[in-house]
Amino acid sequence: MKDKIDHISRRKFMEELRRYQKGSVTRRHFLGVTGLGTAAAVLGAAMPGLLPRRAFAQGSIGDRVVLATWPNYHDLANFDAFTAETGAAVQVNVFGSNEEMLAKLQAGGSGWDVFVPTNYAISTYVDQDLIEPLDLSLLPNYDAASFDPRFADPGTVGGKLYAVPKNWGTTGFAVNTSRSGGTTPATWKEFWDLTQTTFSGRTMVHDYQLTTIGNALKYFGFSFNSVDPAELAKAEELLLAAKPHLFAINSDYQPSMRSGDAWMTICWTGDGKQLNRDMPEIAYVLGREGGELWSDFYAVPKSAPHRAAAYALIDFLLRPEVNAREALFHGYPVPDARLSAILPAEVLADPILYPAADLLNALEFGAAVTLTDPNRAELMARFKSA
Amino acid sequence: MQRRLATSVLLAPAGLWFAVMLVLPLCFVLVFSLGERGAAGGYVPAFTFEQYANLPARGQAFLNTLILAPVGTLLALLIAYPLAYHLAQGVGPKWRTMLLILVIVPFWTSILIRSYAWIFLLGGQGVPALIEWMGFGAVRLINTRFAVLTGIVYGYLPLMVLPIYVSLERLDRRLLEASADLGAPPLRSFLQVALPLSLPGVATGCMLVFILLMGEFLIPAMLGGGKVFFIGNALVDLFLQSRNWAFGAAVAVTLVAIMLGTVTFYLMLMRRLGGARGNVDLI
Repeated sequence: MKDKIDHISRRKFMEELRRYQKGSVTRRHFLGVTGLGTAAAVLGAAMPGLLPRRAFAQGSIGDRVVLATWPNYHDLANFDAFTAETGAAVQVNVFGSNEEMLAKLQAGGSGWDVFVPTNYAISTYVDQDLIEPLDLSLLPNYDAASFDPRFADPGTVGGKLYAVPKNWGTTGFAVNTSRSGGTTPATWKEFWDLTQTTFSGRTMVHDYQLTTIGNALKYFGFSFNSVDPAELAKAEELLLAAKPHLFAINSDYQPSMRSGDAWMTICWTGDGKQLNRDMPEIAYVLGREGGELWSDFYAVPKSAPHRAAAYALIDFLLRPEVNAREALFHGYPVPDARLSAILPAEVLADPILYPAADLLNALEFGAAVTLTDPNRAELMARFKSA
Repeated sequence: MQRRLATSVLLAPAGLWFAVMLVLPLCFVLVFSLGERGAAGGYVPAFTFEQYANLPARGQAFLNTLILAPVGTLLALLIAYPLAYHLAQGVGPKWRTMLLILVIVPFWTSILIRSYAWIFLLGGQGVPALIEWMGFGAVRLINTRFAVLTGIVYGYLPLMVLPIYVSLERLDRRLLEASADLGAPPLRSFLQVALPLSLPGVATGCMLVFILLMGEFLIPAMLGGGKVFFIGNALVDLFLQSRNWAFGAAVAVTLVAIMLGTVTFYLMLMRRLGGARGNVDLI
C-alpha cells in the first residue's frame, strides 16, 4: 500500500516537473501541449530570432545543428538548454529505420551533423566511408571508462572510435495479459503459436525485417542473425502461416495496443516501459530463446555541414545530468556508470529496463550482414505482399 | 517571328522545369534500372537486364495494385456520378456553390491526418463497436482490403466528382428538353443524351484517379496495416529499406510504362469521344 502511494507521488512529481518545464515559457508550453516536438526545432531553425540567446559563445559554433534520430528519443527541454547556452538551434529529423538513414546518407546531401545509428549499422557506415573517426579532444564529457564495454564496443571499428553510446535496449514483445487468461507467455514459440490460435487477428509485428524475421527464426531456435537459406526458408514458412492472423505489420504499435485493437506486439524496451507504466496489464517479455540486444550511438557524418556544432551537441548530451534527463524522458537504459548516482533508484531497479542476467545473456547483438542481406529483404517483401 | 520568340520565352520556365524535374530524373531511373545492387545496398553501375528479369518477385504487388486500382476507380465513379449529376442539374446556384465547397474542403486537410481519422473510425472502438452494440456481431474493418478501398474511394472522390461535374454543367438543358419533347422517358434521355455527353468528364476523372491509385502507398500502409501491399509500398521498401535501388528503378520504370499505356489509351478514347470536334479536352 505504502509502495503504491509512494509510486504515485513520485510519478506525480515528475509530471509536475515536466508541466513546470513546459509551462515556464509560453512557446514551449504550446509546443508541449500540441506535441509538435519537431516543429519546435524546425521553427527554431527557421527563425533563430525567436530563441532566447545568451551573450557568451554566440556564433562560435554557428546558429544551427541538424540531428537525425528516432521518434520520442530526446527531451526537447535539453535542446532548448543547448540553444540557450550556445546559440545553435537543434533541428531534428525523425526516422523509422536504420535502412532509411543509410539510404539518405548514401544518396548524399543529407545535411545532417549528428545522427543516431544502431550498433549493427556502424561498420557499414565505416565501410561506405560515410562517418568520421571522432575527435575525442572535442568531447571532454566522454569518459570511456564509465561506459559499459558491452554496449560501447560496437562504436569502435578497426581500432578507431567512430561513435559514442547513447542508450541501449532490447527487442522483446508486449502482451496484454488480461487477454491471455492471466498467464504471461514467456517464449517466442508461444508468441507465434498464440498469434495463430487464441490471439488470431490481434498480433502486430514490426515493419522491419531485422526484428520480424529475427524473432521468427527464434521460434525454431535459430540465431536472430541467421542468413542461412534453409533457416530463412523455415522462418518464411512461419511468417506466411502467421500473416492471415496478424492485426498489422507496423512498427507504430503503441496506439493499437492502447486502444485494445491489438493484444500482442513485437516491442522495444522504451515502448514496453511506456505501455506498462500506463496499462499495468501489458507485460514486456523477453523470449527465453533469446532475441535482440542493441545499442544506439551518436556519430558524425563526413558530410556534416556544422561540424563544430555537432561535437558541441554530442558533448552536451553526454553530460551526466543532461543524459539523465534524456533517460527519464525516453525510458531506455544508458550504459554510463556516472548516471547511477543521478537516476532514481526505482528506474535503476526496473526489470523492463535492466532484465535478469539469464534473459539478457540469451540475447544477441544484430550483425551488419543481418541489416544488409538481400535475401532477408526479399523475404520481407514476399511476406508483406503475400 | 516575334510571336514565336515570345512563345518560346513564355514556355521556357515550364519547359526547363519539366526537363530538370521530370525528364532528367526519369533518365537516372532508367540508367539505375540497368545496374546492380551494391553489397551494402545502393547502386553499382552495370549493363544488365537482370532487374527486369526479377520483376516477377514483385508480381503479387503489381497484381494487388492492378486489382484494387480499377475497383477503387469504379467505386469512386459509381458514387461520384450521381453526386456530380445532382450538383450540375438538380440544385440551384446557391446550393451548388455550397455543395461544391463541401466537396473540395477535405482537400485542405492533409490525407495523412484524414487517414488517421479513418483509423479511429474503422478501429475497434469506432464503427465496429457500433455494429456490435446494435447486435450484428463482431466485425473487423481496420487493416483489411475493405478499409483500404474505403480510404481510397474517400480520398480520391473529389478528383472524380469535379471533372464529371464540369462536363455535366456544360450540358445544354435544351437538349434534354428536346429529347423529352420527342417522347423519350427520363431514363432514356439520360442514357442517350446526358450520359454520352458527359463521357469525356468520366474518362478524365477515371484516368486521374486510376493513375494516382497506381502510385498510392500511404493509404494501404495506414489503413491496410502494412498487410495490403501495393506497388507503391514495394517501391518505398526497395528504396528506403532494402536499398535495392537498381531493382527499385526497374519496378519504377515498369510502373511508368503501365501509366504511359493508360494515358495513351485515354487519349485514343478521348479522340474517339471528341469525334467531329477533333480536339481533346482534359477537362
